[in-house]
Amino acid sequence: MTVPGAWFLTLAAILFVVGAVGLLVRRNVLVMFMCVELMLNAVNLTFVTFARMLDDIGGQVVVFFVLVVAAAEVVVGLGIIVAIFRRRAGATADDISLLRG
Amino acid sequence: MLAAAGFHVPNLDYHALAPEIVVAATLAVVLVADLFLDDDNKWLLSNVSGWGLLVALFFTIELGARGHTASMVGGAYVVDDFALVLKGLFLVVGYIVLLMSANYVEEGDYYEGEFYFLILCSLLGMVVMSSARDLITIFVALETLSLPAYMLAGWRKRDLRSNEASLKYYLLGVLASAVMLYGMSLVFGFSGSTLLVDIGKATQGTITHAPLVTVGIFFIAVGFAFKVSAVPFHFWAPDTYEGAPTPVTAFLSVASKTGGFVALLQIIYIGFIGRSDVWGPMFWALAALTMTVGNLIALRQTNIVRLLAYSSIAQAGYILVPFAVAGSNTKSIHSAFTASVVYLLIYAAMNLGAFTVVIAVARKTRSGDIASFGGLYEYAPGLTVLMTVFLFSLAGIPPLAGAWAKIFVFRAVLDSGTSSAVALGIVAAVNAVIALFYYASVARVMWMSPVPDGDRTPIRIPATLQAALGLTVLVVVAIGIYPQLFAHLGDVASLVR
Repeated sequence: MTVPGAWFLTLAAILFVVGAVGLLVRRNVLVMFMCVELMLNAVNLTFVTFARMLDDIGGQVVVFFVLVVAAAEVVVGLGIIVAIFRRRAGATADDISLLRG
Repeated sequence: MLAAAGFHVPNLDYHALAPEIVVAATLAVVLVADLFLDDDNKWLLSNVSGWGLLVALFFTIELGARGHTASMVGGAYVVDDFALVLKGLFLVVGYIVLLMSANYVEEGDYYEGEFYFLILCSLLGMVVMSSARDLITIFVALETLSLPAYMLAGWRKRDLRSNEASLKYYLLGVLASAVMLYGMSLVFGFSGSTLLVDIGKATQGTITHAPLVTVGIFFIAVGFAFKVSAVPFHFWAPDTYEGAPTPVTAFLSVASKTGGFVALLQIIYIGFIGRSDVWGPMFWALAALTMTVGNLIALRQTNIVRLLAYSSIAQAGYILVPFAVAGSNTKSIHSAFTASVVYLLIYAAMNLGAFTVVIAVARKTRSGDIASFGGLYEYAPGLTVLMTVFLFSLAGIPPLAGAWAKIFVFRAVLDSGTSSAVALGIVAAVNAVIALFYYASVARVMWMSPVPDGDRTPIRIPATLQAALGLTVLVVVAIGIYPQLFAHLGDVASLVR
């Protein structure tokens, strides 16, 4: 029995929405990072599913690029967090509001 | 063994890649040399970076003069006139930013080597972006230019405002990348390719009306709207621009924004040209909102950097206008494309010039308030005249370069000729008048207000800042008087024939 591709695409869409809503709703910066990762992995799942459905290796290659870039993004993000933690305790996005939007 | 697995070594044209290779080599040298230099000799790094950019610029011009074109990796990486003109722009902008930051970085108590390394990394991403004709290449180039920019925004790392600028920029930047990437995955799924050319064929043919492709195009456009800080996706920009070091702000508001627009130009005009029913109305709304909201909020700013931030948001709106009107007929596609490219070239010169004056004045006043520019004419007449030139150019007053940029936009609107395009043209014209108010009010403070603290000692401008000012004012005035020069570049740099 094979699971149809549409199911994977739906799962990826749900993961993406969960990540996007989390990023906008949660206030802990570390949790916000996790939400970004969730969104990027939803993208990966979509690419792999389409690659299987189209029988095209190109979609799987994209995933490697996304993984590497996601890792680099997390490194930069954690660096910024560490810089903030050194100046103040806690990493809540609401506290970081010296600049008026 | 690789050959047995069906692997073919891609045929690379190293001559056509020379600008990228030079920039990459320079940044590697800067990174390593930084480890071995004493603090007294760190200034060498800015010289090395500057020369690296000039050599890369030389190769770019040489390739352009020879008419050398190349298409590599199956069409994913293309060196053509469009790519070369934009590479030249990025390298010149990078060089001017180096000139602007040399003293600023030397006199601050933060790391020097890393600053130049990060600027060069970001520039490498932009140079690659100009040639990227494939969704993966565009994504990687966009991240290469964005990741160093997040760090540059937080470069004053013991200053909480700089940290906050960096964090806000980072969080919204990665959100934008994720949204854009999801759009790319949907487009890939329905076109079966990541090459823009193939996507262009597919969106004009069989899959024209698949609803998920519409969603994909929408998501990609939203992702780039974040990058170019179009309203309603602009809210990170003023905070990031204010908190970041001023030379970095200039870099973000010119180079990083142009990078986003270059990607958008390639994706829209090659990949999605057949689907103007999706992106036409979207860009119409984005352009109208971006111009109006940017200008209206700029009216009540008291800080010069925030004012320039909102002004650069509004300027992005003018660059979006040609996108909105491009889809109506073949003639308007061409003139809309040219208008966007010409506007990007001119915007870079005038905005960098304005930021250079702000840096020069802040060296004395140590303040970003517009009030601190009071009576500038009494002790720095040269800077006052230059700032007035840049502000009036941004406002679009002839005979300065900014006027021609706006004329190109209006010509694209007229070539399109539809009623919605004319409506957008009217919105743009009204906005040009609103913008004049705040640009002129800064000029009025400089020329007519008294000096706030009575300190009339003249400003000593370092040679590097003088060079940056000279280059930018030369471009702004020369194009104002002889616009054919840039119109020609805009025509050469066209992806649509």
